[in-house]
Amino acid sequence: MLAGLKGDAAAHKALLTTLSAYLRGYFKTHLARIGRGSADAEDLVQETLIALHTRRHTYDRSQLLTPWVYAIARYRLVDFLRRSKASVTDVAIEEADEVLADDDPSSVESGLDLEKLMAHLTPKTRQAIQLVKLDGLSVSEAAARSGMSQSAIKVSVHRGLRALSLLVKQRSPS
Amino acid sequence: MKTDKLIDMLGTNLEPVKGGQLRNTLIIALAVGAVAAFCLMLVTFGLPAAVLGGGYSGLRVLALAFTLGLATAGTSFLIRSARPGEPGRKLLLLIGLPFFAILSAGLVALVLADPAAWGGMVFGPQWAACLICIPLFAFAPFASFVLALRRGAPTNLMRTGAIAGLVAGALGATVFAFHHSSGSIPFIALWYGGPILLCALVGAILGPRLLRW
Repeated sequence: MLAGLKGDAAAHKALLTTLSAYLRGYFKTHLARIGRGSADAEDLVQETLIALHTRRHTYDRSQLLTPWVYAIARYRLVDFLRRSKASVTDVAIEEADEVLADDDPSSVESGLDLEKLMAHLTPKTRQAIQLVKLDGLSVSEAAARSGMSQSAIKVSVHRGLRALSLLVKQRSPS
Repeated sequence: MKTDKLIDMLGTNLEPVKGGQLRNTLIIALAVGAVAAFCLMLVTFGLPAAVLGGGYSGLRVLALAFTLGLATAGTSFLIRSARPGEPGRKLLLLIGLPFFAILSAGLVALVLADPAAWGGMVFGPQWAACLICIPLFAFAPFASFVLALRRGAPTNLMRTGAIAGLVAGALGATVFAFHHSSGSIPFIALWYGGPILLCALVGAILGPRLLRW
């Protein structure tokens, strides 16, 4: 941590990698208790890593590292639970098995960033992106599902992707 | 997004971080808030006699000691609260100390005085002005503390907000004490301490909303 604060990128990455393993275990244990899957845990791991990174100036060099990391992880967990209070019970019984079985960390990707970015799109483009790019439906299936014409779906997907890439650029300054 | 990729992204072009940054931010916020409150007092009441050197009665010194003691203890607690983790109970006790001192001094003064004079001691000169002006003067310091704390990472938002309100209230009372000639010790305990606690309460309510990160 100390080397990372001085600007040693390799040390910083190594630290975040080590911590991400601990965080994954921590969040999985707590989320499993309320029936949330490992994708949520991975979202939280990423959120916490970002917090550890952007708030690294709040670490007091004279103190131990673990309580600091734990306090941030706990804060993110509580914040997450508060945000998702309404949807805690949303997992249908049929899906529950699938959610809990999906437990391999290497295969889990977080939907976090994309979901946040998607919120900026208009409802029509968002639906088109969701159906075609995320749910993997064909254009004709998506058209049938949403009640839009096939060409409208294509145009919406195209526009939506362009808007998304712009948003991604805006969000990462480097 | 894969976590490994994220770590890679975070590690690229890593900027070194200086120590003591957060502490300096909070101390600057304290100074800015205090100056703003003082200016507001000058605008509202004009230059008070006490600033020019005269009128440092024992009571005014006592009032200033009370409010400045609170502000100092509260600020050191804020510096700890702006970091993730538990700040420890010792500092909370330190904040309680000025209150305890002024309350017991006030009670002793009441006991020693003639009961017939109690009403005049408690509802001394301008008690309503204390109640209005202290929170009014506390507004600027509170705002500057919130801005500074948002750059930190407080994990107990309600408590951090309460202490920010308390310190802001103490600063407001400090500034007010320059203008106001306090009547008695019980008066200071009630009409300085009370509005300061009111500020702390407002801070506790606003904290979770304003300080979230």
